[in-house]
Amino acid sequence: MIYLDNSATTKPDPAVLKSFERVSSQYFANPSSIHQLGGETEKLLKQAKKQAASILKVSPDEIVFTSGGTEGNNTAIKGIALEHQERGKHIITSEIEHPSVHDACQSLESLGFDITYLPVNQAGVITVEDVENAIKHDTILISLMHVNNELGSIQPIKEIGEIAKRHPKLFFHVDDVQGIGKVPLPLRDSGIDLCTFSAHKIHGLKGTGILYVGNRTKLFPLLHGGSQEQGIRSGTENLAGAVAMVKALRFIKEREKKEVHRLYELSDYLKSELQQLTSVEVNTADHAAPHIINFSVVGAKPEVIIHMLGEENIFISTKSACSSKQKDESKVLTACGFDKARSTSALRVSLSYQTTRDDITVFLQAIEKAINQFKEVME
Amino acid sequence: MQYDHILIRYGEMALKGKNMNKFISRLQENIQHKLKEFAHIKVKRTQGRMFVLLHGHDPEQVIDKCKNVFGIQSLSLAIKVENDVDAIKDGALYALTNSVDVHQFKVTVKRVNKDFPIGSQEMNQVLGGHLLSNTDGYAVDVHQPDMEINVEIRSEATYITSQVIPGLGGLPVGTSGKSLLMLSGGIDSPVAGYLAMKRGVQIEAIHFHSPPFTSERAKQKVIDLAETLTKYGNSIKIHVVPFTKLQQEIFREMPDGYAMTIMRRIMMRISEKISESESILSITTGENLGQVASQTMESMHTINEVTNYPILRPLITMDKQEIIKIAQEIDTYDTSILPYEDCCTIFVPKSPKTRPTREKVNQFESNKDFTNLIEEAVNQAEVVKVSDQRESASVFDDLL
Repeated sequence: MIYLDNSATTKPDPAVLKSFERVSSQYFANPSSIHQLGGETEKLLKQAKKQAASILKVSPDEIVFTSGGTEGNNTAIKGIALEHQERGKHIITSEIEHPSVHDACQSLESLGFDITYLPVNQAGVITVEDVENAIKHDTILISLMHVNNELGSIQPIKEIGEIAKRHPKLFFHVDDVQGIGKVPLPLRDSGIDLCTFSAHKIHGLKGTGILYVGNRTKLFPLLHGGSQEQGIRSGTENLAGAVAMVKALRFIKEREKKEVHRLYELSDYLKSELQQLTSVEVNTADHAAPHIINFSVVGAKPEVIIHMLGEENIFISTKSACSSKQKDESKVLTACGFDKARSTSALRVSLSYQTTRDDITVFLQAIEKAINQFKEVME
Repeated sequence: MQYDHILIRYGEMALKGKNMNKFISRLQENIQHKLKEFAHIKVKRTQGRMFVLLHGHDPEQVIDKCKNVFGIQSLSLAIKVENDVDAIKDGALYALTNSVDVHQFKVTVKRVNKDFPIGSQEMNQVLGGHLLSNTDGYAVDVHQPDMEINVEIRSEATYITSQVIPGLGGLPVGTSGKSLLMLSGGIDSPVAGYLAMKRGVQIEAIHFHSPPFTSERAKQKVIDLAETLTKYGNSIKIHVVPFTKLQQEIFREMPDGYAMTIMRRIMMRISEKISESESILSITTGENLGQVASQTMESMHTINEVTNYPILRPLITMDKQEIIKIAQEIDTYDTSILPYEDCCTIFVPKSPKTRPTREKVNQFESNKDFTNLIEEAVNQAEVVKVSDQRESASVFDDLL
């Protein structure tokens, strides 16, 4: 099997699974219980938080364990909106956000919030000037993704963070679900107030994630209850999930350090080989994250190509797992200004540190064969 | 080119005359110890300064560690170049262009090595001119610069530094002997320990544990607090004294209003005995005048009667708010406010005497001999050692 859909989800690391299993069976007590067993699990929870904080170079009380990317994004956006609506009701985001950001913003529109959706250029990147010009006196939040899930485009988060620093009344939220472990993003002193991470994109388990909430950031919680996670995310902690997430985070950071160059080499190889194929247009720009390559096979239905590759035990995806109004049209590609022929025939290959050059070579042969077959049938 | 050194300045210690060397050696050792995890890193001394040779390690992480070492007045990232005009020019340019939010700068040259052919004043102008003609958007402002580029021409090399990061000051831990810190788990005692350490004191801790009235978590809290304090020193030995029997005995046998005072006197006797066996010459407490019943002038007078060991009370004149502020800065506050019962909160008399007298207490104590119980508690004390080095870490390591 050649699995190239790592931006949808990754295969859990066996060591991470093992941690999950051991914690589930040995440290099952409720960390809030006052008996000794509870004390032990609480200690483990704290240790996990401390380790996550040290990996992300933030402080332990800035780590909130969540159920994943969607919860992190919703908690951040709605939390800021509800807490600070007296201050203003304007929110800035972009046209190419993940549905958990886009739809959260849209839901706030129906409550009277005013949302600016910034456009992107053909490379899928917003401009810093647009962000700056969009800021109004009543702007309370800027919410942007670091790395786009369909294209791999990287937003100029550092520069926007500098702008955010100059506007102490607004908060800056970054969705780093696709970027973590691939494209570095410092959190401390960066102007970023909130940042979302998800475990299952880094060989952790589904249903777990982290939301970084800077010390000075106050949020209205989505979930009220026992005041777990600094009151930001009540509910008995998913200790095994949290521990497993932190382990996955540690692993991905180690691999990033050692192997990110190899990943860039792989994606360069893949891009340049794809460009040689007839009817293939590479949509991902040159300066992009190393693990996401988007391309169109103009004239072919992407679903058909996916099934043809599936026959060969090779798994890639169209755009992303999310849906849009028109069945095959990618909202992200449309926003980038690609024509309909291209935005309805897009495919996405997403790599992980487990991907080898052989995988890519086999994939390239298979896609060439698939395109030729498709053409024969259609002509 | 890159920042390859950290320059360390020490203030007060330079005034120590003949003993100065002892202080500086200790500082060097303490820094070296803090940086143990970074392979090949070296701490070097030259006249009046210390340098950390980074050998490619992330300077930010190293500075973070050094920031917690007492005895350091300030730190700066430094580039080391040869005593050569062009090399110095390149270094200064690197320092300027690698800084953020700088528009106006100033160059200050200090020529320690008088063999260097160009004088300080002239060198100032040479470098200023070089920086201006090789960059855009910068201006020189000698009165209110955003950044001062310091160039120190020494005999062995020239060091170029830009930013001065304040250190904690104080004296290197270990230069003022050892003290036994009475660590309860509250807000005050860790702060007292920190302030003692700041004056060069190495601490051991004593904690009174009363299971089952106080929980494992209360004990863990104290261990965690001590571990936080190790950030500012190295390892800390905690003597956990089983106190249940004594506490029950005191509250059963002694009059309610005096039980608290007598309990404190017994804690003091035990602390003195532990100090004696560990060759510790003083006891440190978080006492603070007027805060609670046991901390009135009369209480302290009565409690202090049982020992002639010096008692360090770094917080004695502070307001609660001042103490809380330090606790937050040194990262002990959040642990301290965890709500577990400790030995000082479980048996609280309805109305403790705020003006006890030595005569009365001696009279009550003469009715009951605590000697054996004290002996037993001292003998059964458990020693827990916490360290600032990660390898001591936990059973959870393979899970995470």
